[in-house]
Amino acid sequence: MIIPFLVTGILIGCTILACSYRAMIGPGTFNRIVAANVIGTKAIVLLVVVGFIFERPQFLDIAIMYAAISFIGTIIIAKYAERGELCSP
Amino acid sequence: MLPIEILSTIFLAGGAFFMIAGTAGLYKFPDFYTRLHATGKCDTMGQVLIIFGCMIYEGWSYITIKLLLVSAFYLLAGPAGTHALMKAGYVTGIKPWKKGDQRN
Repeated sequence: MIIPFLVTGILIGCTILACSYRAMIGPGTFNRIVAANVIGTKAIVLLVVVGFIFERPQFLDIAIMYAAISFIGTIIIAKYAERGELCSP
Repeated sequence: MLPIEILSTIFLAGGAFFMIAGTAGLYKFPDFYTRLHATGKCDTMGQVLIIFGCMIYEGWSYITIKLLLVSAFYLLAGPAGTHALMKAGYVTGIKPWKKGDQRN
């Protein structure tokens, strides 16, 4: 029962590589931010699946921390792109 | 294979399908808002289906609680980030794509 997790992990890794094309090429700032956001989501799922492949539950703690960091990063980048500053005096 | 493993495999395959569909939308759609609509499917359906498949395979233990914590938190946080990005793009002044415009 390691084969389905292995196939899912390889597919998610291939889609991360495909999204990095849009993060490099995509026209304008906002297309790149969208690509970076979806790469963060897929990295969380990939951490969970890798924890099940190697049978090490420590990866789940890293997944929890990465979810929080990814959400806060997205919010801060959106605020900076909207206003041009992080905190107004 | 046990029946519970077959059920887990079905959920994992459904989540992988949603991930691939979101990536195809990120490639093929014409502008910023439609790409954001496509990747929102990765944030909700793909993530929830894959982690739910792992929960079914694991059974009842503390790992299930951790998986539920990750899934429930990101089910709230992902659409909130998507909405913040959409509002930032709209305030900045990106025009929505109409039929006949140039694809960028």
